[in-house]
Formats: sequence, structure tokens, C-alpha cells
Amino acid sequence: MCGIVGLFLKDKALEPKLGELLSGMLEIMTDRGPDSAGFAVYGAGAPDEVKLTLRAPEGYDFAGLAAKLGDGVGLSERATHAILTLPAGREAEVRDTLAKVAPDVTVVGAGSRMELYKEVGLPSDVAVRFKLAEMSGTHGIGHTRMATESAVTTNGAHPFSTGADQCLVHNGSLSNHRTVRRNLERAGVAIQTDNDSEVAAGYLSWRMREGRSLGEALEDSLGDLDGFYTFVVGTESGFGVLRDPIACKPAVMAETDQYVAFGSEYRALAGLPGIENAKVWEPEPAKVYFWDRAAA
Amino acid sequence: MNASTKSHSFDLATASVRELNAALHALKDGTNASLWQVANPRGLHAIAAGLDAPVTVEVDGPVGYYCGGMNKQATIIVRGAAGVGVAENMMSGRVEVAGDVSQAAGATAHGGALIIGGDAGARCGISMKGVDIVVKGSVGHMSAFMAQAGTLTVFGDAGEALGDSIYEARLYVRGGVKSLGADCVEKEMRDEHRQELYERFKLAGVEGELDPSDFKRYGSARTLYHFHVDNASAY
Repeated sequence: MCGIVGLFLKDKALEPKLGELLSGMLEIMTDRGPDSAGFAVYGAGAPDEVKLTLRAPEGYDFAGLAAKLGDGVGLSERATHAILTLPAGREAEVRDTLAKVAPDVTVVGAGSRMELYKEVGLPSDVAVRFKLAEMSGTHGIGHTRMATESAVTTNGAHPFSTGADQCLVHNGSLSNHRTVRRNLERAGVAIQTDNDSEVAAGYLSWRMREGRSLGEALEDSLGDLDGFYTFVVGTESGFGVLRDPIACKPAVMAETDQYVAFGSEYRALAGLPGIENAKVWEPEPAKVYFWDRAAA
Repeated sequence: MNASTKSHSFDLATASVRELNAALHALKDGTNASLWQVANPRGLHAIAAGLDAPVTVEVDGPVGYYCGGMNKQATIIVRGAAGVGVAENMMSGRVEVAGDVSQAAGATAHGGALIIGGDAGARCGISMKGVDIVVKGSVGHMSAFMAQAGTLTVFGDAGEALGDSIYEARLYVRGGVKSLGADCVEKEMRDEHRQELYERFKLAGVEGELDPSDFKRYGSARTLYHFHVDNASAY
């Protein structure tokens, strides 16, 4: 199984409530995925800065680490995760330092606005640990996991980062992920875990590295990825949705003047404001949907 | 709740689906608790599943999976959309949904009537065994897959592979059919079929509004019924 949610706000007035709404959606999807949960929120950011989402073992001294990175590095801690905010020009240098001085810290996401959190446990507990309900932003996606293809670990939880300000959540299972993984490794794309969804994320990253847009990369996946999937992909400016050609995994969308929302089931959308009068529909199989702030 | 009154209200914001269904399952033939109004369904699953009494259940809003599943005798009216498997394996009675429904509507249903006001998703009427399904909108891909008996009437269009590996169900479609599945063919509309279609219009309460002549009939070419030696290499 697994549950996916996504919320893209059109109405600025709702932005302070993004985390609260997303948290409610995520919690309702616990029945579909009680093993672990994760989410990515697109909040405040500056074009000349980059945010790195770090993950470390329980009780890690993030403040001590930040002190080693020199001036101009901001730190915001949330349980096992921390956000480093730094001048964009220093990203490579800071990543190098992290690799040297903090081998047990993983950079799980990067971008000007994206923050990415995931952990093992019930979705409501994960949301509370990371204080999701307090977060504001323009859009976010989330995932509740019922593991099928690999172990229940934080590394196996979603979202998976696919590039700067990009991440993916997946409901389904890929049957050719071993083959795709080997092809990606030959192309120089490293896959960290045994997880099939990480392969999908790596695949999209690779297509985009080869010059394809995100929409085109999703189109490509229809030919190259075999199995069941509903993908929701978050980007700096919006989110995309794709279902496999036989629409094996469920998906419901709702749109009002205030937002576009995605849920694996309607239940996840039932608490959103004005849902009674929303346009509600199921995305068609093998069709790429996109909501983009730039285009809106 | 007083079993001697005829009308009951049930609010799913304050009580569980399990409690609702337990109360409905306790009803027997001859019950006079005939009308149940259910508020705040919020897409919850298995609402009014497994009923076996001649009652009417009105659900005010969208429901989740398997609403009205395994229904016998009851009339279930949904004023909203429905999720996967509405009226799955219905035996008799009637399930009516005002809005769209998700995949596998009326799957394996043996009898009764399933009336859908909007569109149905993929695999509508999969393996249907005698139910009469009327969809006022369109149906998705692989509808009536392995359909064995009953009728599927579609006022709009049908998606890919309609009636794949169909047995003896009858399919009536007014709009376009994206493609027919294996062993499904268009068949002649004779008077008996126009009559049957008119009966389905009555079932959906739209008789007089539609012309049976606008519909095409599809059914089994019956070439998959028996092993054919020429196909041996395909196995």
C-alpha cells in the first residue's frame, strides 16, 4: 500500500496553515502506511541562499557541527533533522566539510526552499516530532509508508530527493528496479538503498541531467519503469502527478480557488477548507499533471 | 435509538462506520426501520456494506471504498462521489451514486441495480455476474473485463479494451469506444435489445429522455470459450 498526499496553495492567506493542513492529510493516510512517514515543505527562501536538510542519529550535536562550518551558516533543528542555510556559493565547500567532519550526517535534500523530513514511526508521531503543523509554505508533499520492497528504515522512507528543490513520493512497486538500478549505476547515478522508489527518484534525476524537463522525465518513465506507481513530484514552483498506464494505485485530486490537493484516497482531502464545493476527480492513467506557481 | 421509529439519523462525525453497519446488519426482513440518513461520510470506507434488509440508506456526501458492497435488498443512495468497489458483489437491491465513482464499480455483482450519475473509473463491472449497471457518464479502461452476465449501459464513452474476455454480459454504449478488448465485438441491435435498453432507462429513471437507437451493443464473439489448436503456440 502506502499513502501519498500533496497540497499546492493558490491562496496566499492559507500559506501559514500549509503544515497544519498537510499534517491532517498525512495522519488520515496512516491506515495506508503506518511504518514510516515523511514530507517535503516548500517554505521561505532566498535565491542567493541554499538550504541543506541534514539527518543525523538521535541526540546529535547539530550546533557543534554548525560552529565548525564558519560564519554565515544558519541552523534550525527539528529532532533528528536540521536545516542549514548558507550562501549558495558555499554549497560545495560545506558539503565537502560535512563529509569530512560529520560522517554520520546525511544530506537528504537541498534547494532554495525545500525542507525534507522523514522518519520511522506512525505518521502522526512523525508529524509531531518535526512540528509539521507549525510550518508554513506554498506547497508540500507527504508520504505514509507500508513497506513492500525493502526494509522499514528511515532511509527507505519517502520523500526521496531527486535534485535541488525536487523530491518524489511513490505508491506502488516497481518490478524492474534492479535492471534500472544497474543502468543508472553505469550512468554514474548512485542509489543508496535497496528501495525501488529511490530508483525511480534516481531515474528522474538522471533524465533531467540528460537535459529533459521534469515533465519530459515523467513521460520517459512511462516507457522505462515497469510496475505499479503513482508518483507525486515536488518542485520549487509546484508539483506533478503521474499514474502508471493501468492506474493500479489510487489517486484523487481536488481543486478550488484556494488550492490543488492530491490524496491516495478522498478521505485525506475531506478535512480541507471548502472541499464540499471543490472539483474532485481521479487523474487519468499515463497522463502527466502539473501545477506550477510560475504558470499560475 | 428506537427500532420502532421509521426514520433514523446517523452522524459519522460522532459515531463509527462499524456502529452504523452493526445497526444496519441487525435489521431483518419486515423491519419498519426503513429509512436511514447518514451524515458526514467524509470518504470513509465500507459504509452500508453487507446489508440484508429492505431498507433505504441515504448517505449525504462522498463515500470511500466498497460502499454498499455485498448488498442484498437494501436501497443505498449516495449524494456525492464513491471510491473503489462501490456495490462490489451486490446480490440484489439498488445502489445509486449521484457523482463519479472510482475503479471496479459493481465488480463481481450478481444482481440488483447500480446507477451512477457521473463517470466511472477503470474496470467498471469487472467480472459482473448478473447486475444491471447504468452509468450516466463515461467508463474507464477495461470495463466489463471478464463480464459473465447482466448489463452495462453507458450514456457516455468507454475507455480502452471494453469487454475484454467477456462471457455473456450485454454492453450498451451510446458514445465512442476507445477500443474493444479481446473477443468483444459489436453486435446487432434487435428489438429485444432496444426493449431491454428501455427497461434500463426506466431503472435509471430516464425513460423518454434517451433513444435506444443511439446506442450500440457489444458482447462476446465466443471465440475464447474453447481451446483452439491454432492458438497452441500462444500458451
